Amino acid sequence: METPKIGVYVCHCGSNIAGTVDVQQVVEFAKKLDSVVVAREYKFMCSDPGQNMIKEDIKNLKLNRVVVASCSPLLHEPTFRHAVQEAGLNPYLFEMANIREQCSWTTEDHEKATEKAKALVSAAVKRVRYHQPLETKDVPVNPATLIVGGGIAGIQAALEIADAGHKVYLVEKDPSIGGHMIQFDKTFPTLDCSACILTPKMTSAGSHPNIELMTYSEVEDVSGFIGNFKVRVRKKARFVDEEKCNGCGVCMEKCPWKAPSEFDLGLGERKAIYTPFPQAVPNIPVIDKEHCVYFLRGRCRACEKFCERGAIDFEQQDKIVELEVGNIIIATGYDPFDPTPIVKYGYNRYPNVYTALEFERLCNAAGPTGGKIVLRDGSEPKSVAIIHCVGSRDENYHRYCSRVCCMYALKYSHLIKEKTEADVYQMYIDMRCFGKGYEEFYERLSKEGVKFIRGKVAEVTDRALTDEEKGKLIVCGEDTLLGTVIRVPVDMVILCIALEPRSDAKQVAQLFRISQGADGFFIERHPKLDPVATMTDGIFIAGCCQGPKDIPDTVAQASAAATRVLSLISKGKVELEATVAVIDEEKCSGCRVCNILCPYNAITFIEDKEVSRVNEALCKGCGTCVAACPSAAITHKHFTTEEIMAEIEGVLV
Amino acid sequence: MAKLKIALYWAASCGGCEIAQLQIGDKLLKLAEAADIVFWPVAIDVKYKDVEAMPDKSIDVCLFNGAIRNSEQEHMAKMLREKSKVMIAYGSCAYEGCIPGLANLFNRELIFERAYVETPSTDNKERVFPQTKFKVPEGELTIPEFYDTVKTLRQTVDVDYIVPGCPPEEKTTWLALEALITGKLPPKGTVISHSVKAVCDDCPRKKDVKKVKKFYRTFEIIPAPEVCLLEQGLLCAGVATRGGCGAPCPQANMPCTGCYGPVEGVIDQGAHFLSAVASVIDSNDPEEIQRIIDDIRDPVGTFYRYSLPDSLLRRARIR
Repeated sequence: METPKIGVYVCHCGSNIAGTVDVQQVVEFAKKLDSVVVAREYKFMCSDPGQNMIKEDIKNLKLNRVVVASCSPLLHEPTFRHAVQEAGLNPYLFEMANIREQCSWTTEDHEKATEKAKALVSAAVKRVRYHQPLETKDVPVNPATLIVGGGIAGIQAALEIADAGHKVYLVEKDPSIGGHMIQFDKTFPTLDCSACILTPKMTSAGSHPNIELMTYSEVEDVSGFIGNFKVRVRKKARFVDEEKCNGCGVCMEKCPWKAPSEFDLGLGERKAIYTPFPQAVPNIPVIDKEHCVYFLRGRCRACEKFCERGAIDFEQQDKIVELEVGNIIIATGYDPFDPTPIVKYGYNRYPNVYTALEFERLCNAAGPTGGKIVLRDGSEPKSVAIIHCVGSRDENYHRYCSRVCCMYALKYSHLIKEKTEADVYQMYIDMRCFGKGYEEFYERLSKEGVKFIRGKVAEVTDRALTDEEKGKLIVCGEDTLLGTVIRVPVDMVILCIALEPRSDAKQVAQLFRISQGADGFFIERHPKLDPVATMTDGIFIAGCCQGPKDIPDTVAQASAAATRVLSLISKGKVELEATVAVIDEEKCSGCRVCNILCPYNAITFIEDKEVSRVNEALCKGCGTCVAACPSAAITHKHFTTEEIMAEIEGVLV
Repeated sequence: MAKLKIALYWAASCGGCEIAQLQIGDKLLKLAEAADIVFWPVAIDVKYKDVEAMPDKSIDVCLFNGAIRNSEQEHMAKMLREKSKVMIAYGSCAYEGCIPGLANLFNRELIFERAYVETPSTDNKERVFPQTKFKVPEGELTIPEFYDTVKTLRQTVDVDYIVPGCPPEEKTTWLALEALITGKLPPKGTVISHSVKAVCDDCPRKKDVKKVKKFYRTFEIIPAPEVCLLEQGLLCAGVATRGGCGAPCPQANMPCTGCYGPVEGVIDQGAHFLSAVASVIDSNDPEEIQRIIDDIRDPVGTFYRYSLPDSLLRRARIR
């Protein structure tokens, strides 16, 4: 090893560090450490003059190792590595001591903070002498993109990438794209018809030469890494030949068998061969084996008889398709919260208690009632209560705010007022009208005669106490503004149900090696500064799978994710992590302890040599296998035993 | 060529190492051709004072087995180091502390309390404990001082080579002796063994990915003959143990207990074995994981059976 010549630079970070740590003392301490040639302080090491100080010293004093004691490496390690590199030194011959987040910010005690800063600097100095120069490698990026989920987020992202001239595979588990947005009646606060603004995008996505739509399909396996993913997709059997079907719809007309429509949430019916809704994209039906009498009893085949194109294929099997893509966008959306467990609100007990999504269908001109707002008996409600925060902002269910309920509740008030004579009661906790035009919408509704009652609803009951309440649903609670207990008799109750993570979010997270937060939604790389990336490079998230949000936010995120993908495609290559794990085959005994530990599937067992091997392109340098290897045959570059032991020794001064 | 002068000594050990030395069988004759044994308390009558009288570095090689747990052993280790050109830590006790080293979970006071008072067969109401000095009419009697902590030979004197094992396999012993006889000595500090890889490399059992739902003690199951024992839930230390022994234990359906010490480059064998065992537990449910690890009855005795004094932990802190 060359003789180490170490430069130490201690940052004031304004008063962030210098307000607590005696920087001068730390510098004097550093000067006396073994192999330290120079130690300096500066107000902001990350500034140009700060960086130049390092560069000058590297040139003039022939430094071959650099330590900067400042903030978290998450923030400025790349900055200083770059500075070191510009001065002609390998960027990995640099070490950062975090004396801000892990020192000055954690205590008021100046003396102890200074001592700790010294210990951290000493650790960095001891460690850095063992640093080895490392090289990063480039790999090409496959320009094709996989988008999982065909809701508004998936569609938006797909169109942006496809319009830029790149191939997109849009995978959707349902028979049609459209997601939840296509179920909605109007959108708040503009009251645009949801389907009217979405269907053009759906048809563009369906007919776009660069978009390969894979509906009724699910991703089964993902391997590989940024730029080079391999994906296995199962195309479920539709029993209708997509090539032959022209979407004439005769089969659906002639099918004698009915089932509750999933799209209408069971409020209406569909046939056993069906498209979920008339504007479905692709306009190709599927046969529901559970309800098709041919599949159940072996007789019927009416659809087959009437199909002029001979597109019905009862023998069709699931098809496995292998895709190669460079990037993946996950836009799997949300599940509506099922309010049945909140027994006191009477959902599934009282027929006229609806969920918000059910009401959307009820209100929709293409819905089961043709857009008439009616009770189960077909009569028009004279009064409607809309209960907010059902399953949201509730420590028994979800602590988070679902962010869209206040606004759609206002929209419902408007629609009810527009279509019926009914009185509308908003039973809210807080009105949250934060978006563009939202507050104005709230004000407008306040003037439309909607009654706002602040307080969490305790119960919905049919036990009448007065004649007036007879035959009604009585919404009981407290009006916290008046400070009185109230009973509001109504004909219809709408529950503003929470948006929750998909029931299979955990499996999806495992499949794509991304993380979930405590609430179950997928976690972005940084909550403020990196909202659509995930901790797995090349995998992005958009829309409600990341957290509840409204349509504009979803579309913005989808566009952001698409842009991230496009920038990777246009760059054409990705730099691989240099701090990876390597297995010394001379020391690997082939015990295979490490084999299933790798979260990135980077380890393979070479049968004929009986050793395990790390694919450096897949390795993220997490260190799991390194810690597990009982033979110390795995070395983590930049985190070698020597480096770590030296660091520990240093911190114990 | 002049014959080599060899000394063999035992400190805190069981005597198994002496048997292992004899186990080289007819190779003893080859050894006798090449070397004279100048000191070997178990077999030849040479007194300490005879060794003391030998000039410094007059012994070519000392094979020292046993850990250092009292003042006599420390004295002999230092003396033999001075008298010998090459010092070899022979066997696990000298190398890592081994079974005597597990006493580092206690201290002298606790050990004496157990040995001289608490043991069921002891009747010692007067609480008489060994004293280093005792006056009798004939004069003062002395015995060595019993230390709080068991040390390895390397923690006591400079050691040139290590022969691992509890006891070392015959072939390992001969590998070391042959190197000495032929003068083809490896670099100082080498652990002399036929392998730098783990025991798994020697073990013929079929290895697959490891997912363990339950750990067993050896008497609880009869393992399948051809499948990796760790995969079957036996706490086989082979993954974390230097090979070269030829894996006799796993081949006799018994898990490796780790006597050849850590694999080359490993600082703490127990920590590495523990880490590997933690890694093969097939559960993400904290309660289930707790149930699985509750099956490990004697963690220190399992993971640090041979290496406690030589580990990063060294000993338990007694409050």
